Amino acid sequence: MRLTQGTFSFLPDLTDDQIAAQVRYCIDKGWAINIEFTDDPHPRNTYWEMWGLPMFDLKDAAAVMFELEACRKVHRGRSYIRISAFDSSPGWESLRLSFITDRPEDEPGFRLERAEGEGRKIGYKLHAYATDRPSGERY
Amino acid sequence: MNDVINEAYAPPRIDIEAEFRRSGLGEVLDELDRDLVGLAPVKRRIREIAARLLIDRIRADHGLIGTPPTLHMSFTGNPGTGKTTVALRMADILHRLGYIRSNHLISVTRDDLVGQYIGHTAPKTKEVLKKAMGGVLFIDEAYYLYRPENERDYGQEAIEILLQVMEAKRDDLVVILAGYADRMARFYEANPGFRSRIAHHIDFPDYTDEELFAIAEKMLEAQHERFDAAGAEAFRAYIQARRTQPLFANARSVRNALDRARLRQAVRLMENRAGPVDLEALVTITADDILQSRVFRDAAAQAAGAPA
Repeated sequence: MRLTQGTFSFLPDLTDDQIAAQVRYCIDKGWAINIEFTDDPHPRNTYWEMWGLPMFDLKDAAAVMFELEACRKVHRGRSYIRISAFDSSPGWESLRLSFITDRPEDEPGFRLERAEGEGRKIGYKLHAYATDRPSGERY
Repeated sequence: MNDVINEAYAPPRIDIEAEFRRSGLGEVLDELDRDLVGLAPVKRRIREIAARLLIDRIRADHGLIGTPPTLHMSFTGNPGTGKTTVALRMADILHRLGYIRSNHLISVTRDDLVGQYIGHTAPKTKEVLKKAMGGVLFIDEAYYLYRPENERDYGQEAIEILLQVMEAKRDDLVVILAGYADRMARFYEANPGFRSRIAHHIDFPDYTDEELFAIAEKMLEAQHERFDAAGAEAFRAYIQARRTQPLFANARSVRNALDRARLRQAVRLMENRAGPVDLEALVTITADDILQSRVFRDAAAQAAGAPA
C-alpha cells in the first residue's frame, strides 16, 4: 500500500528536477530545509530521524540535492525519505511544506486491529506490517 | 506544406552577432574594461571564458549539448594586484553569462573550512560548500589550507572534500582559489590534484606606475575627490619612491597612501580654519598632503645612505 503523507501525496513520486524546483521555491521563501528519514510508516510517527542539520542559509537547491543524494546512498530502499521546510518568520519554526521523496520498493501497508473492551466497546489500532520486524530490517 | 519541409531541411544559419548583443555580454566586458585598470591577461582570459560560454549556449540552443566547461580558477599574484576585486566581480560576470544560477559569492579562508578537532572538518567544509552552491566559492589565501609542518593538521581533510565536490558538482559550483604566487606554487606542488582540477590559472601582473596612478584617480573619484596639478605630480613621485621600499603592495599601498593623504588634508583644513574655504578645497588633495609622507623621508635617507 502506497504511503500518502504530506504535500503532493496523491501525485506520482516527484522526479529530481521537480524536487529541486520545490526546494528552490522554499529557498526563495526563506524557509529552512530539512531532510528526514524513517522506517516506521505509522501516520502518528511525526518525528523522523534527521539527516544532518536543517539547512538554514542556502542560496541554491543544488546543496539540498547534494545532501539528498548522500542520504539516499545510505537509506534508499530501506527507509522513507522526506524533505520538510520550516518557516521562522512567525518567531518560531513552523512546518510549511513536507513531502516524501523516496520510499521503499515494497510497502506492505497496515492492518486494522479491533480490541473489544468493556461493554462491547471497540478500540481500533493501526498496525504497520513493516514494524513486525526490528528497525533496520524492515524493508 | 512545401515551405515547412524546406525550412526543416535548410541548414540553420546562426547569427553570432545577434546572439552576442542579446546576451548583454558586450556590456559586461566593457564595464570590466572601464572599472579595472590594467590586468590585461586577466581581462583576456575573462573574454575567452565569456566567448566559450556564449558559443556553448548557442550550440545548446541548437540541440548540440555538450558537457559544461569547468570554470574553477586560481588567481595568483603579488599583494594588491586585484585578485579579490576580480573574484568579487567574477560571480557577477558568470551570473550574467548564465553559467551560475545565483549571483552570490561566499568568501572564506582557512578558518571557515578547517575544524578544530577530529571529525569537525568534514561537516564544516561541507556546510561552506553547500552555502556556496549555485554561486562562487572564493578561498582567499588558499595555501594556508595545507600545512606540511604539522602532520596532524586537518587542512588535508578539507582539501580532500573540496577536491571531491569540485569534481562531482562542477555544474553547481565555481571555486576560485587565490593567493600569492610563490606560496600557491608550493601549494599546488604538494596537491597536484588541485592543479589539474583547476582549468584557469590566471596570473595577476604587478601594476605599472602609470596604472597605479590611474587607480589612485579612480579611488579618489569614487569619493568625489581629486588631485590638483602639483598633487598629481607629487603622487607620481610617491608611487616611484614607494615601489623601491619593502612591503610594497601595489593597489593596496596606493589606497593606504590616499587614506593617509586624506588625513593630512583634513588636519591641514582644520589648522587653517580661520579663513573661509570653498568647496573645491574640501575635495582637493594637494602636493603638501602627499609630500609629508614618510616614504619621501625614507627615500631621501636611502639615497643619502646608499653611497656609504
